[in-house]
Amino acid sequence: MKKVLSSACLVAAAAMLVPQAASANDELLVMQDNPAWYVMPTLDYANTRYSKLSQINADNVGDLQVAWTFSTGVLRGHEGAPLVIGDTMYVHTPFPNNVYALDLSADGRVKWKYEPKQDPDTIPVMCCDTVNRGVAYGDGKIILHQADTTVVALDANTGEVAWTVTNGDPKKGETGTSAPMVVKDKVIIGISGGEFGVRGSITAYNLADGKLAWRAYSMGPDSDTLMDPEKTTHLGKPVGKDSGITTWEGDQWKIGGGTTWGWYAYDPEADLIYYGTGNPSTWNPSQRPGDNRWSMTIFARDPDDGMAKWVYQMTPHDEWDYDGVNEMILVDMQVKGEDRKALVHFDRNGFGYTMDRLTGELLVAEKFDPAVNWATHVDMKTGRPQVVSKYSTSQNGEDVNTTGICPAALGTKDQQPAAFSPRTGLFYVPTNHVCMDYEPFRVSYTAGQPYVGATLSMYPAPGGDHLGNFIAWDADKGEIVWSNPEPFSVWSGALATAGDVVFYGTLEGYLKAVDAKTGRELYRFKTPSGIIGNVMTYVQGGKQYVAVLSGIGGWAGIGLAAGLTEDTAGLGAVGAYKALSNYTQLGGQLTVFTLPN
Amino acid sequence: MRPCAKHVSLLLAAALVAALGLLLPSGGGAWAQDEEKPYQIKDGVVDWYTFSGFRRYHAECHVCHGPDGLGSSFAPALTETMKTMSYEDYLEIVVNGRENVGTTAQSKMPGFGENRNVMCFIDDIYAYLMARADGVLGRGRPKKEAKPAEAKERDEDCMS
Ligand code: HEC
Repeated sequence: MKKVLSSACLVAAAAMLVPQAASANDELLVMQDNPAWYVMPTLDYANTRYSKLSQINADNVGDLQVAWTFSTGVLRGHEGAPLVIGDTMYVHTPFPNNVYALDLSADGRVKWKYEPKQDPDTIPVMCCDTVNRGVAYGDGKIILHQADTTVVALDANTGEVAWTVTNGDPKKGETGTSAPMVVKDKVIIGISGGEFGVRGSITAYNLADGKLAWRAYSMGPDSDTLMDPEKTTHLGKPVGKDSGITTWEGDQWKIGGGTTWGWYAYDPEADLIYYGTGNPSTWNPSQRPGDNRWSMTIFARDPDDGMAKWVYQMTPHDEWDYDGVNEMILVDMQVKGEDRKALVHFDRNGFGYTMDRLTGELLVAEKFDPAVNWATHVDMKTGRPQVVSKYSTSQNGEDVNTTGICPAALGTKDQQPAAFSPRTGLFYVPTNHVCMDYEPFRVSYTAGQPYVGATLSMYPAPGGDHLGNFIAWDADKGEIVWSNPEPFSVWSGALATAGDVVFYGTLEGYLKAVDAKTGRELYRFKTPSGIIGNVMTYVQGGKQYVAVLSGIGGWAGIGLAAGLTEDTAGLGAVGAYKALSNYTQLGGQLTVFTLPN
Repeated sequence: MRPCAKHVSLLLAAALVAALGLLLPSGGGAWAQDEEKPYQIKDGVVDWYTFSGFRRYHAECHVCHGPDGLGSSFAPALTETMKTMSYEDYLEIVVNGRENVGTTAQSKMPGFGENRNVMCFIDDIYAYLMARADGVLGRGRPKKEAKPAEAKERDEDCMS
């Protein structure tokens, strides 16, 4: 009886909510093409982070001025970017994950504020600061993915709660940091906690009512991973039965990691979503022999039922914490003279991959930082990186300190998303230029407690005195086109525009604009705190604005705040390196820029 | 024999603190005995337990307390804290945790009472932090003595 009643209510509610579009996805496909708005955390489904706006361009960006600012009231790492839909901007914060709706037509007056109540016990199970990568929009709702894994749908106009659902359990170390993606009639939600032995999954909830539609684990039997042993392929070959178990020993896959805390992309034509999975747990590789499938893997899945079409494992049997979660940028381009529906991915492991996104064929895999040394190259037939024994923490074994590995566990690039400009055909990539020593040792698993099992020390790559580069990349040739050294890791997402300007932030707090063709710096402004947020742009009242969140933190902020160790004199750079705290302090601010009238 | 905290980690926290309070680390092997200090340093080489503390600290604590105990935007510098904090207070806070919830920043020291990766090495971490706080051990990875047989035995006992 109850069942009948509630589904009847549902139909009525759905009919009221969706007046014109068949699904929220149709609506978003139209909205993402309006450059005046910024409707999804990745700018568009293809994750290009390319805006068609050109009012601010290479000729005038030097005149940029601060138009207005907004304090979020929270002093922690601010990742992600606000959304703009019509005259309203939606700003999110780190824990406690407040959401503000600001009226852009009234000088940013607060229309509504949502302040969730969350158990502070969630804080210590967040490995690397209490960050949140932003909210999503769909069908009149703002979707928030809280630290405690609660997913909340808020009425975009009033901030009233439409529905909530719980995605995981912080008591087991499961937390939420990633931004949701709305696809068709579903909300895609990932999970964090690879350092706590969480088994990663991606989950689709119905946008209308928050009901669970499907969940796909990164490892486990086929019924958990939503893989078809015959039809799901790895580099063109069927994966076979229970491929998410067969490369693990015993029950280790149950605490196997492979979390999904990065960005998600969607190709509406192919009707596939793309994302990557994180490190296998623990960081001590000797405790989990085997390839540890499907950690460190690029997934292509059907958004309706979650079934995996193809997978590609970039780093089998990870020995360095090179999570594969970074964004998948979907671009139609020529690769080796052939038109391709490409997927371009800059992995933590230091390789820039170009793949065919329809078939999962590997086309290009080249280092996007020359310092990368843990593997000589990727074998294009097997897709396997050719590991250099000297840098193998697994071959060297437990209780042995493996030194001089590049990149460090931070990766050559972490979650900070790259941008692509169709005008130059180049990818703009914020990178880390950091190496490490890594000593794995035995750990035991306790639910909800860290399950790390290695100690690391990090320092600048040999010969250099800088910890980051901002580079332009040719994804066909697999080559760096230009590279700007940065004193610290670049932990801010890039934005490319039709004005041939590329924007990014730095850990010292600068918003920088560079020439898309040459990389020449055209503008910089020092915001109140280090930037780990992503630059975004929108139009209001006929004027183009550029905005970015400041607030040092995240892994970079924690690891670098006290300065890197200086005992690696042999690797140079001693003294050249100074603690980040000499440059910036905690903060939480949105800074909005525009041209003078 | 070095104490293994595992057997007591299941007791009530108060009892645990009391129990471990009696079991202050005593240096082992051929190292010169120093009644006051939980660590041994000879010609720049540290005893295994202090090294073990360095290692476990950098696996379990450094994400919040920063590299080498220097602190971060997330948690206080333990190189400072340990200058004044008693062993009993150290145990109490690592076992039970502590909360600090404010309006602009919320932080929490988690309790590690049930975590063997910490409890089995709680004295090692203490020794390492004390050496850092006393200014006798620099930043980075210390040079170490070989792992003594009794340490192997202790780790195996406690971790399984
Ligand atoms: C998730 C982050 C986190 C981790 C991991 C962590 N701590 Fe803490 N710790 C804190 C915070 C935050 C405080 C400050 C709490 C407060 O202000 O009450 C703190 C406080 C302390 C204090 C008291 C400091 C003082 O000045 O009063 C000690 C001692 C301490 N921690 C030891 C450790 C040890 C040892 C470990 C590793 C086994 C560890 N902590 C791991 C966050 C952490």
